Amino acid sequence: MSERIKTGDGGIILTNAEDLMNWARLSSLWPMGFGLACCAIEMMATYAANYDLERFGIMPRPSPRQSDVMIVAGTVTFKMADRIRRLYEQMPEPRYVISMGSCSNCGGPYWEHGYHVVKGVDRIIPVDVYVPGCPPRPEALIGGFMKLQEKIRGKQEPVPGLFLEMEAAGAQAVLS
Amino acid sequence: MTFQEITDIIAGQFPEYAITAETKNPQPALVVPAQGIAFVCRFLHEDERLYFDYLACITAIDNGTAADTMELIYNLTSIPYGLNLTLKTVFPRNTAETVLPSVPTVSHIWRTADWHEREAFDLMGITFEGHPDLRRILLPEDWEGHPLRKDYDAQERYHGIYVRYEDGKELEPSTNPDRA
Repeated sequence: MSERIKTGDGGIILTNAEDLMNWARLSSLWPMGFGLACCAIEMMATYAANYDLERFGIMPRPSPRQSDVMIVAGTVTFKMADRIRRLYEQMPEPRYVISMGSCSNCGGPYWEHGYHVVKGVDRIIPVDVYVPGCPPRPEALIGGFMKLQEKIRGKQEPVPGLFLEMEAAGAQAVLS
Repeated sequence: MTFQEITDIIAGQFPEYAITAETKNPQPALVVPAQGIAFVCRFLHEDERLYFDYLACITAIDNGTAADTMELIYNLTSIPYGLNLTLKTVFPRNTAETVLPSVPTVSHIWRTADWHEREAFDLMGITFEGHPDLRRILLPEDWEGHPLRKDYDAQERYHGIYVRYEDGKELEPSTNPDRA
């Protein structure tokens, strides 16, 4: 690495708005603070000092209204399914879902005889990243976050319909 | 006090119930008919020689359609005398057409029986006469059936979500004799 002397002069970075927004989004992914089963213990270990998710700008939020990503860490029962769907609906867009562990990926050990378990959280909400494991180690969860960051980095969000309408109205005004 | 002495006290107190002792297993048990369970429990709780003040557990068993019976097992402890006692009651199972089996509640004797009986009702479909609040305790209120029964088949969907792993496919015929 070459030596860089900080002079205090302003520098210039050329980018476009989409990349800038994507960079901002992927650098501060705030998950919703909730856990369902033993995977939540690994998730808590990942938040804590040894693995320290905060160094990626990831910190749990106590409200779905403030969070960007939902980590479904554990067994999703049918009783919980309605609540998870509701919490997901309360999150502002863009929102992401990480399915952590075998249970929320596909039902896990309950796939055959677990009458009470939803066989995969993707049956109730869309999932962006699946983290395998039973439970996954903290490294695996961090890997899941890296994958999600990659996914966001390559995303080209469509322009919201409202802006398109405003633009069309503006063009109409110029023409008339 | 030995198990035999407890058996003698109970059998002497309730000659009308034909209470028998089951001693072939390592944990001996008193077999009480279902309709007498509340009276026997009340006596065990209040008698000064026994004073069974603690109900450790209520277990429900489904013996399947071949035996056509269900069981409830009560594990009692007398803390002041250091005694343990197992009560057992066997009663007929119901079919899909008939009403659920009913056993008198003991929740007015030991408050802890309240939730134990709700669990037995939720998972095994045993109703308890005189229970103050017999609702499901674990499963959602609108769940269909009692899952720990031998002949239980899960519903196809719950709130629009497929319950089985193979969603939408037809269930293969079961080899379980209880479900035939």
